[in-house]
Amino acid sequence: MPDNNSSKDGNHLAFEEKVADLDRQMNELRKLTSVKGIDYSSEIRQLQRQQVTELKRIYSSLTAWQTVQVARHPERPLLSDYLNLMVKDFRELHGDRCFGDDRAIIAGLGQIGRERVLLVGQDKGKTTKQKIASNFGCPNPEGYRKALAKMKFAEKFGIPIVTLIDTPGAYPGIGAEERGQAQAIAANLYHMSRLRVPIICIVIGEGGSGGALGIGVGDRLAMLEFAYYSVISPEGCAGILWRDGSQAPEAAEALKLTSKDLYKLGLVDAVIPEPLGGAHRNLHDTVHNVEDYIVRTLRELRRVKIDTLLDNRYAKLRSTGVSATEKLRRRTKAGRERIKEALEAIPGKGKRVPAKV
Amino acid sequence: MGKETKSKWKGFSLRPRKEMPEGLWMRCPRCEHMLYRSAVEKNLNVCPECTYHFRIDAKTRIKYLVDEDSFQQFMGDLRTDDPLGFKFRGTSYKQRLKDDAKKSDAKEAMLIGSAFIKGRGVIMAVMEPNFLMGSMGLVVGEKFCAAVERAMEEKLPLVVVACSGGARMHEGVVSLGQMAKTSAALAKFDEAGGLYICVLADPTTGGVTASFAMLGDCIVAEPGALIGFAGPRTIAETIKVELPEGFQTAEFMLEHGFVDMIVHRKDLRSEIARLVDYCRK
Ligand SMILES: [Zn+2]
Repeated sequence: MPDNNSSKDGNHLAFEEKVADLDRQMNELRKLTSVKGIDYSSEIRQLQRQQVTELKRIYSSLTAWQTVQVARHPERPLLSDYLNLMVKDFRELHGDRCFGDDRAIIAGLGQIGRERVLLVGQDKGKTTKQKIASNFGCPNPEGYRKALAKMKFAEKFGIPIVTLIDTPGAYPGIGAEERGQAQAIAANLYHMSRLRVPIICIVIGEGGSGGALGIGVGDRLAMLEFAYYSVISPEGCAGILWRDGSQAPEAAEALKLTSKDLYKLGLVDAVIPEPLGGAHRNLHDTVHNVEDYIVRTLRELRRVKIDTLLDNRYAKLRSTGVSATEKLRRRTKAGRERIKEALEAIPGKGKRVPAKV
Repeated sequence: MGKETKSKWKGFSLRPRKEMPEGLWMRCPRCEHMLYRSAVEKNLNVCPECTYHFRIDAKTRIKYLVDEDSFQQFMGDLRTDDPLGFKFRGTSYKQRLKDDAKKSDAKEAMLIGSAFIKGRGVIMAVMEPNFLMGSMGLVVGEKFCAAVERAMEEKLPLVVVACSGGARMHEGVVSLGQMAKTSAALAKFDEAGGLYICVLADPTTGGVTASFAMLGDCIVAEPGALIGFAGPRTIAETIKVELPEGFQTAEFMLEHGFVDMIVHRKDLRSEIARLVDYCRK
């Protein structure tokens, strides 16, 4: 996909023109300081203050499409950053014991805070070589199967599960279909709903449709502030409903894919704040905020009896979307009553009419 | 236009010509034979020449599957509220719902109810491909779960006919969430020892395949049905290679181990009844 949304220097997004301009001015002044030995520090501080104001202004009112750009920013922290900065003694566990070891999904044991956890996440890769190896974060079925195998292992020893979601989507390829992409994802949704350990899912970048959901079923679903989570990519949606992929900005808006909108709709449980100007501007603060959320939430979930936890998880999944529309909930209730009536009206319920096959 | 204009001359129709394909004859998209429409309909909408299975709406599907007049619908009036307030290209999801309801004579993309199949009581959920491409939104998810819960309470087998273009994008993450919701309901049903038979009709793709359609205790497919995760067009555009012959068909899925059997439409009733009998506890 041609990326015409970042500016030429690659570090700034198109809507950060002013921020980029201030950066250029500061660099100019710094150069002058070192070459001519003139002290411009007060001017630089002044520009920095301007930049902070500017970033605050931009990032407090990002459009949905701009949020997608931030979520896809080439310098946004990836799974490997979280593994390096947040997880102690990480031991990666490879392979799905069936076909291979998908590098788009990484799984392993480690320690976050004082908690031992199984960490599962999608990795997009940093270098070109890594990007190709991890298929740009688009998992194949063996990735989902590896995730499930390791999660069942964790369940056996009562180890809580943390998943970090960052994928444009499950890979649409011939091999993926041959090996049952749909079945692999379906199996994960099915089993994750019943795993007898706490599960925390966090969208750290792109939450691309079924590919994200495939490791995204649990007790809590959180999102980083400028991550996005969507049923279809804005480009794909625009291509189908607008019949024009370039209408992606409009599609992004309509899909309500930002953390703010999804939180309002009751579809995510928490929004984890990002540092000023997005996660890519401050790696450490971002990872710290995520770690803080995980530690707090694990502590909270640990207090709940496992059967209650599973009941709550089911209730949460079962009511997906219903809380978004109170009116519908009322209708559903009326609907349930109608089921009861209809069932009572079934002729000869219980007595089977034997017949030849 | 009243009775006066009705001509006795039968050799010419006053109807616009574009309705002609809706007339007596139709062409089979696979073998290209010209077929007499009523002959096809009598043959359960299967091409008599090449057994091509035409797409059928939910009502016709139910008529073919269950004992006469035994289907009792639940929650037939359940409607979506348009949770996102979705607008696109100068129109809206709400408008699209109205248009499709008119066009398809259906109220949503799934019908649920109780029925008898050759005398065996079952709970059914049948998808309607003519309503927003049979896509799964909040109503489909709710109805599916209600059917699962009912089957669990009544200790009846659950028979589902999947026929869908996937998740309904007009409902965004609400519809994505229905994948997890339906799968979770099935996991509970499984723990309770329920029998779940899933029939995959043409087409079964996207979020429906990646949730309840692939979770049957027994998965039956109709011959030639398109079954897959990503749509063939998406795949072709991504990998820029021509797709192999027969890719993502029911036969392809059987060969790769993802469906239990392929059953001709005329045998579906008896095969489902037989499976129900085998699984009786
Ligand atoms: Zn034919």
